[in-house]
Amino acid sequence: MPSTSSTSDQSVGDHATLLLDTNNVSLSFGGVKAITDISFNIYKGEIRALIGPNGAGKTSMLNVINGFYHPQEGTITYKGKVRRRMKPYQAASSGIARTFQNVALFKGMSTLDNVMSGRSLKMHKGLFWQMLHIGPARAEEIIHRKKVEEIIDFLEIAHIRKQAVGKLPYGLQKRVELGRAMAMEPELLLLDEPMAGMNLEEKEDMSRFIIDLNKEFGTTIALIEHDMGVVMDLADRVVVLDYGKKIADGTPAAVQADQAVIDAYLGVAP
Amino acid sequence: MEFLNSIFVAPFIDMGAAPDFLLQVIWEGFVSGVLYALIALGFVLIYKASGVFNFAQGIMVVFSALALVSIHKAGAPAWLAVILTLAIMALLAVAIERVVLRKLVNQHDAILLMATIGLTLVIKGVGEIVFGGEPQSMITEELGIPTGSTDWEVFDGIVIFQHIDIAAAAIALIMVAGLGVFFSVTRIGRALRAVADDHQAALSVGISLNQIWAIVWFASGVVALVTGIMWGARSDVSFALEIIALKALAVLILGGFTSIPGAIVGGLIVGIGEKMFEVYWGPLFGGGVEAWFAYVLALIFLLFRPQGLFGERIIERV
Repeated sequence: MPSTSSTSDQSVGDHATLLLDTNNVSLSFGGVKAITDISFNIYKGEIRALIGPNGAGKTSMLNVINGFYHPQEGTITYKGKVRRRMKPYQAASSGIARTFQNVALFKGMSTLDNVMSGRSLKMHKGLFWQMLHIGPARAEEIIHRKKVEEIIDFLEIAHIRKQAVGKLPYGLQKRVELGRAMAMEPELLLLDEPMAGMNLEEKEDMSRFIIDLNKEFGTTIALIEHDMGVVMDLADRVVVLDYGKKIADGTPAAVQADQAVIDAYLGVAP
Repeated sequence: MEFLNSIFVAPFIDMGAAPDFLLQVIWEGFVSGVLYALIALGFVLIYKASGVFNFAQGIMVVFSALALVSIHKAGAPAWLAVILTLAIMALLAVAIERVVLRKLVNQHDAILLMATIGLTLVIKGVGEIVFGGEPQSMITEELGIPTGSTDWEVFDGIVIFQHIDIAAAAIALIMVAGLGVFFSVTRIGRALRAVADDHQAALSVGISLNQIWAIVWFASGVVALVTGIMWGARSDVSFALEIIALKALAVLILGGFTSIPGAIVGGLIVGIGEKMFEVYWGPLFGGGVEAWFAYVLALIFLLFRPQGLFGERIIERV
């Protein structure tokens, strides 16, 4: 399969295996082109950043990957399976989890229930047993509850586990959202601006969680982020979008020095 | 003076003079309150899980009751008729999800409401064609619902409790308790609440909206059937029952659209309130106050506490 992102492959090593590969994906809403002919790939185990000015199509790209949007052209290869379009359910059940730009939590529910909801796909006992709430359904609930408590400890949010998330400060909400995604035990985790609106301390915490997730659990991460310092620290490789097109792809250092990227961010003199 | 007297003094003197009659009035109000609460419960279930205000809940009550009676008339024993009716309600739920809701995902609330009004007309039309427009009597005895009554001697008088009313109250209680547990501790219950809160987020964790909606509509179909049986046992089963569903609207405004306890308490307030108002204050207005009491109460609530007694206050971060 031809890959256009060959410039940076050596940074991850030759034996890196492809987890996700998007091929010439184009997406438009009526006459508005959100994404034009974008190809990029994600290796197993890496942290991949998507950057670009506002409206560059970064979130649209994540939405394509997890099946919220269906591209008009191009294919998505995930774990070796070529697909024209993903359904959200397919994406979730094949190991893609995500967080959202403007925190999409279940506001009326507690932290614990929010994280628990991430286990939905892992729990299989039928409606009948659940109605009775005894026997197998109950045992299953306990097993998953244990797993969820581990995640809550990992993210250091044990003190708010019974609180309704709608009333929590923004930084904690972002953490709970990450917890919900982690509860799915994803292979590929999509983070849409995980540090937006955070102060320095919160950003450092979040960076630490992301690195731990990547190193300890081996979760592959694709993240959108505006804070260049964070991107340079975390990411193995960076893809840069502008006006729905890919303008650069490579290691943080290479991308930073790229003239097209500098122009996109600073503007070009006419 | 005399006017004020007839509002603030005389009714209470009447109550004190005949406490047994007062108790009877409260009991009657309580029972119709339970039935309002059951209808409101059907609304709350769907609203909680999908944010759809289901105008068709009232007609679903009539439809399920008529289906039950007609299937029994066609020769099926009562237990089989119940099972078949449940199957029909399940089919209806799946059909509604497929044909109506799935096409309208992410549409504005008003559009979904309009869709359920259309649904009301369709169910009504189909019901009239299949079951006929005649009022039917409920198969109370065949279902094993007790019919007698118990007299309670108290305050030198008697209060009469119809057994069917006691049964209705007990069944309502069990259903509410069951739903409460189901919503709070099970995976599907959690998924229901998740879908109610945020469609996108629910999709991202792999919850299937279609499945959840079908389950919710079926659950409210079951609630509708129970309501239909209970209400039908007290009066006849006819399309006129649909009007009662409108009173459930007032109940919802009182209790809050998202609260199961709210539906119950709201139902009881409306039920008891309107009976007492009718008996003790009704003559002041020339009677017939039962018909509008609930709506006036709802209006007052809308002015002072629009989220209802138990509703979630809508807080939006800007």
